[in-house]
Amino acid sequence: MNIAIIMFFACALLSVAGAMLLILAREPIHSALALILVMMAVAVLYLLLGAPFIAAVQIIVYAGAIMVLFVFVIMLLNAGVEERTDFSRIAKFGGVPLGFLLLLEIAHSLYHSPVGKAIANGAGSSNDAADTAKLSEMLFRQYLFPFEATSILILIAILGALVLARKES
Amino acid sequence: MSAVPISWYLVLSAILFGLGVVAFVFKRNIITIFMSIELMLNAVNLAFVAFARARGDLDGLVFVFFVIVVAAAEAAVGLAIVIMLAQNRQSLNVERVSLLKL
Repeated sequence: MNIAIIMFFACALLSVAGAMLLILAREPIHSALALILVMMAVAVLYLLLGAPFIAAVQIIVYAGAIMVLFVFVIMLLNAGVEERTDFSRIAKFGGVPLGFLLLLEIAHSLYHSPVGKAIANGAGSSNDAADTAKLSEMLFRQYLFPFEATSILILIAILGALVLARKES
Repeated sequence: MSAVPISWYLVLSAILFGLGVVAFVFKRNIITIFMSIELMLNAVNLAFVAFARARGDLDGLVFVFFVIVVAAAEAAVGLAIVIMLAQNRQSLNVERVSLLKL
């Protein structure tokens, strides 16, 4: 049993358990903490796939900034226990099995796709540091215009958030 | 060299995306619905990185970077909308937010 396979299964189980916890938790703050667990596990999977830069961005931006924003809003709004409503019988006996069928179909087609046969490069095996250098070069040469456009997007998002959350005077 | 095939990552990505859809449909709290969108984005990012590895180029990683940036902007605007809704309706239940008009 390879160490990478053990790590993959540990992180896969952790992320799926976190996603289940997100669904089953009744308090929004528990859902938020479960989502942070999923993001941490996915960051380790990025490391296993040999993408250390994306793993770092995942931790800093997703698990750090975005989730802090979520937790902050949950505390600000004092979000308590969620009310549950019973969903219809059609949804229970038709929708849930059909959803699982769709999931199985997606998983089956992905599993048997030709690209899936390739073996993932593990961490440390490939030249990770060189990959990060190459990634930054691509970001500032080939993808320079989209990169600059995202800065304008973030500026607009900040302005939009300010306008929306402002108190009417 | 690890021995984990790309297809395992893709199947995990599909499972996480499916759970995100389930959470999106079943949850009633607007903040939790927002979190399930983030879960789906994470699943898609995992598929992007796995495909980038399979193809052996880095374009997929650049796309993941952009997806994360857009997710950050989306979270900022979305949570501002959530705060506005909560102030106007005193409730986070989406069934109370069936009208755009106040």
